[in-house]
Amino acid sequence: MEFGPILSTLRRHKITAFLLVAEIALTCAIICNAVFLISQRMERMKMPSGVAEHQLVMLQVANIGKQPDAKARTEADLAALRRIPGVKQVALVSQVPFTNSSSNSSIRLDPKQKLPTLNATQYFGQDLIKTFGAQLVAGRDFRPDEYMDYDAVMRNVDLVRNRTPSVIITSELAERLWPGESALGKRLYFADIGVRVIGVVKSLIRPSLFLGDDAAQWSMVFPLRMNTDNASRYVLRTDPRDRQRVLAAAATTLRKLDPHRIILKKRTLDEIRSDFFRNDRAMAGTLLGVIIALLTVTALGIVGLASFWVAQRRRTIGVRRALGATRSNILRYFQTENFVLATIGIAIGMMLAWGINLFLMQHYELPRLPWFYLPVGAVALWLIGQLAVLGPALRASNVPPVVATRSV
Amino acid sequence: MFGYYLDLALRSLKRNKALTVLMILAIAVGVGASMTTLTVLHVLSGDPVPGRSAHLYYPQLDPRPMQGYQPGETQPMRQVTWIDGMNLLHAGRADRQALMTGGRVAVQPENATLDAFYSDARYTTSGFFPMFGVPFRYGHPWSASDDESHARVVVISAELNNKLFGGRDSTGQTLRLSGRSMRIVGVLRDWRPNPHFYDLTRGSYNEHEGVFVPLSTSQDLNFDHMGGMSCWGNAGGGLHPSHTSTCVWLQFWVQLNSPAKVAAYKSFLVHYSEQQKALGRFERPPNVRLRNVMQWLDYNMVVPGDVRLQTWLSFGFLLVCLVNTVGLMLAKFMRRAGELGVRRALGASRRALFAQLLMESGVLGLAGGFGGLLLTFFGLWLVRRQPDGYAALAHLDPTMLLVTFVLAIGASLLAGVLPASRACRVTPALQLKGN
Repeated sequence: MEFGPILSTLRRHKITAFLLVAEIALTCAIICNAVFLISQRMERMKMPSGVAEHQLVMLQVANIGKQPDAKARTEADLAALRRIPGVKQVALVSQVPFTNSSSNSSIRLDPKQKLPTLNATQYFGQDLIKTFGAQLVAGRDFRPDEYMDYDAVMRNVDLVRNRTPSVIITSELAERLWPGESALGKRLYFADIGVRVIGVVKSLIRPSLFLGDDAAQWSMVFPLRMNTDNASRYVLRTDPRDRQRVLAAAATTLRKLDPHRIILKKRTLDEIRSDFFRNDRAMAGTLLGVIIALLTVTALGIVGLASFWVAQRRRTIGVRRALGATRSNILRYFQTENFVLATIGIAIGMMLAWGINLFLMQHYELPRLPWFYLPVGAVALWLIGQLAVLGPALRASNVPPVVATRSV
Repeated sequence: MFGYYLDLALRSLKRNKALTVLMILAIAVGVGASMTTLTVLHVLSGDPVPGRSAHLYYPQLDPRPMQGYQPGETQPMRQVTWIDGMNLLHAGRADRQALMTGGRVAVQPENATLDAFYSDARYTTSGFFPMFGVPFRYGHPWSASDDESHARVVVISAELNNKLFGGRDSTGQTLRLSGRSMRIVGVLRDWRPNPHFYDLTRGSYNEHEGVFVPLSTSQDLNFDHMGGMSCWGNAGGGLHPSHTSTCVWLQFWVQLNSPAKVAAYKSFLVHYSEQQKALGRFERPPNVRLRNVMQWLDYNMVVPGDVRLQTWLSFGFLLVCLVNTVGLMLAKFMRRAGELGVRRALGASRRALFAQLLMESGVLGLAGGFGGLLLTFFGLWLVRRQPDGYAALAHLDPTMLLVTFVLAIGASLLAGVLPASRACRVTPALQLKGN
């Protein structure tokens, strides 16, 4: 294909060519970054929780006034919940993944250390590991005799000061604290109280990601027994098909045991998870909308400008046709012209995309744009450009040679 | 002249309808997207207590142990302990002050048709209401002596009053809260400061309490605490934080009416920290901050990052739309070289042609502005359907309405400058000859 005539034409229409290139470049830059942002959000929504999500339901319950016999009532609640047909495991726990409410603690590897090593979340509740379905990859679960009452420990920390209680941590936390070593038997410190790692679970996400996604897996589980006065979340494990029935039955059971209590929430963990990532989903949707709108606007812009060009060059086209150019020559000419402009735009757009990414990295803690996102924008714009120019180019190819002989 | 140019512009726009519609749409879509995100940003970064925020300050102290302290870098705590809060409150050095924290109470309606339910609550001292300018529908706030006598009084929100009493004056009535009888002394008008600046640990937007109880009473009655709590040493959290524990869980706000008072209060905080250090309660050297409302919101970065990102994105989009419009206008104006040549030959100055062409882009801008406005309303409606806490707040106010038109017309005039200046450079003779 002859590039010579195309380039010389473009040189005579610098401003129009420049505008088209600028539009394509901006669109390409924004699209590359938008696609990258979407993939980041999609990736985030797949974040593993380490629990048997499809099998879990949660009920959050609140009592009116302080409960004097909380421990006995808790046992009665748990026993009644276990009797519901289809319920495999039940636990009263201090916190649940994806609920945005969590208890966290700074930990040290040495009690004399000046700054804490990191901040991790703390899960409490009897049978928590089994109920959540967290997968042990090293060590063991807590033995029944290891559990202590949360209230008793909070009232008198000396109960645990010299006992070195057990803790179960996630494999990611273990790797972070003792890279390349086995965590089993190692010690962690909370202020001056030491605990010993007896088990490692593959994964267990913290309920709120206020320290960023990199710290998402820094979780610890302690053998502390909760009661209805200091914990409000019952977690039940069941078959995925039975979830709604079990939720309803559990709510009825709990209200029957104490008609004065209020069920604040009853949801499946799938629903809770979906809620947790709703902002990411909304953002991905917005970005997708922007991409579509951008491509549409750009395509319409190309159609408009190409139509103008075709109209302006009607006579030239007629002359070319009269001199022996075929229809497909004319068609090809406009297609190539668009391809050349798109390519220049895309080249500039990629540099711009990289610049925008640098800006986003600085202000929104985004990772570097992987190179393979650049061709995505390029292909999209080449396609859109060719599609948009097709109509005007076809119209151009239909210009009859006789036009050349007319004076106007 | 203006009327004539307007007439010319309309004629010209009518001549090529498809192109005109395309240009108007491009402007409208760009303006609509930008204004939607800009409005959300505007609403979210707004002043929650207009007229008062400059005088409201949030003192911060640092009662933590020496371990981990880095001079000049470590920020003080975001809340205060019970002891420090009480000390600052009783010192009474500010024009007004209030110590508060969040909680929840079970509301047990007398009306048997309503089940008991939990409501968010604010436990606070009496200074809260006059300091934040909280408007009352019925009754009045409780008094400082109610604080001291741990009176069983409660102020309820307009919403709760509607729910429980159908909006009637309920002052003097008894309300059962978490098993205790309280006397209603006041009912608020609709009051929902956004962001929820006085306690950001409960969520930044669209949080509002149904029940306000004296702080002293809430502690007597063991009402549940809800909200952020940070502890050090071996202390731990819970629904009923201890008054002596090493935990911060209360917010303390002061009103300082002049810069001199602000400076004096800051030195008071330094002095207080030194005094507490001398007493052995504090270990660190004085590490205090005194931020006003807007500084406090800024420091806490309450505006979600996603909202800022969307604003950038939509302005990028507007830019593309504008480049697009410039291209289309250029095409349109150049096509009329013949007509413009005739006008030049008949004596119109370049300046006159330029004005005529700019008028055309101005008309496009106005039309684009109307389209943009409609799209903004649609965009905000879409935003309000999103589940975020702040989404429900996305409404257009008069300022943003004006900004929409300024943006649309400004943008299209800007887009018109280049094509118009190119087009009015026609050489009359050449065009006439060509024709």
